[in-house]
Amino acid sequence: MSPRGRLIVGLFGATGLAVLFTLAALGLPGFGGTSHPYGQRTLPNAIARHTPNVVSSINFDQRAFDTLGEELILMASALAAVVILRTVRAEQEDAAGEHSYGRAQVYDALRLTGYLLLPVTLMTGVYIVAHGYLSPGGGFQGGVILGSAIHLIYLSGDYPALARIRPIPAFEAGEALAAGAFVVLALGFAGQVKAMNAVVGLEVGCAVVLALAKFFEQALLVRKQT
Amino acid sequence: MSQLPYLVPGWILLIGVYGIVTSRNLVHAVVCLSVAQSATYVLLLSVGYQRKATAPVFSDIKPTRNVVDPLVQAMTLTDIVVGATATALLLALTVQVAKRRGTVDPDELRSLEP
Amino acid sequence: MADALPVAALLLTAFMATAVVLTRDPARQAIVLSAYGLALAVLFVVLQAPDVAMSQTAIGTVVVPLVVMLAVHAIRRHHTREPDEGDER
Repeated sequence: MSPRGRLIVGLFGATGLAVLFTLAALGLPGFGGTSHPYGQRTLPNAIARHTPNVVSSINFDQRAFDTLGEELILMASALAAVVILRTVRAEQEDAAGEHSYGRAQVYDALRLTGYLLLPVTLMTGVYIVAHGYLSPGGGFQGGVILGSAIHLIYLSGDYPALARIRPIPAFEAGEALAAGAFVVLALGFAGQVKAMNAVVGLEVGCAVVLALAKFFEQALLVRKQT
Repeated sequence: MSQLPYLVPGWILLIGVYGIVTSRNLVHAVVCLSVAQSATYVLLLSVGYQRKATAPVFSDIKPTRNVVDPLVQAMTLTDIVVGATATALLLALTVQVAKRRGTVDPDELRSLEP
Repeated sequence: MADALPVAALLLTAFMATAVVLTRDPARQAIVLSAYGLALAVLFVVLQAPDVAMSQTAIGTVVVPLVVMLAVHAIRRHHTREPDEGDER
């Protein structure tokens, strides 16, 4: 289909969507109103189970079975990204990536900032996972912070060091173990909000590291064999 | 007309779809898809918002205090994380397309043959 | 006018979403996407959703733009090497 034809079909569909969406939106309860029947039903349960952060309580206690499904989607897409981006035989992987991607030329101030922020960020991530049942935070948020924190080393210009501190097999094993543990917790022990936060944090962190690692490989190391 | 704020997620969805339709680059299309998806976050949280209510965390407030709807927040939370991994998966597919076909322009990718 | 702050944040979000879509170069788009992620995070804080804002800050402003940048870089390598080698697959 030509770009022009595609645009016409697209505009036709978009107009219909806009009309239907507007009609649907006008039928919703007003913005900022007091009618939240589902939310109000979750509150007494969360308080009765001593989980002050109601969002964590819903994710890991009241709707733990749904979160199990979302976890498995997360694992499946991270796994699929890793499989799709594996380096095939026709591509030669640069052994250590040293010669053209060794320590990059970065300002000392940037390097120092990166190294100083790394422990602080890791600590913040652990704190957010550990206190997820009590204050805003939890396994999803903390896991992402933990997973992206170690890439501060890349910002400091030291890709080889980043590659050394994240051995892929270890993170793959961590991902698999965390996913298995989450299945067990969600099916057998739903409501263990702290344990589930920790497991989700581990799994999300591993998934972020694995997916980013494969993208880094593709962007920095893979060369086409000529 | 207190429903007007709900039109913002509608606009975000439509502008994202417009970007996908007119895209000349698969990476651009994937980013536009993630913008279209972010409309769901905005819609869910707008529906759950309540005036003069606070965040649904009871560690330092009385249990009788009004809070905004926590259910939609829990949904949005997992939505964001799962959406990000789906975006990563689509970008991985895009990299693979570039590797096999040497282009990421959807108009040059006529057939699905390798 | 009790809703002035949420409405302002919503309008900022809509504006930034438009900016992301209208930025056609993916490498620049990654930067605008990061700013859009931040605008969404601000909106979520205004809508009293700190949990979601935290998740959005970490993912929307760091992880997704980084993945987009890396994908752009990986694709560019294949583009520049392609023309003289043709379709060897």
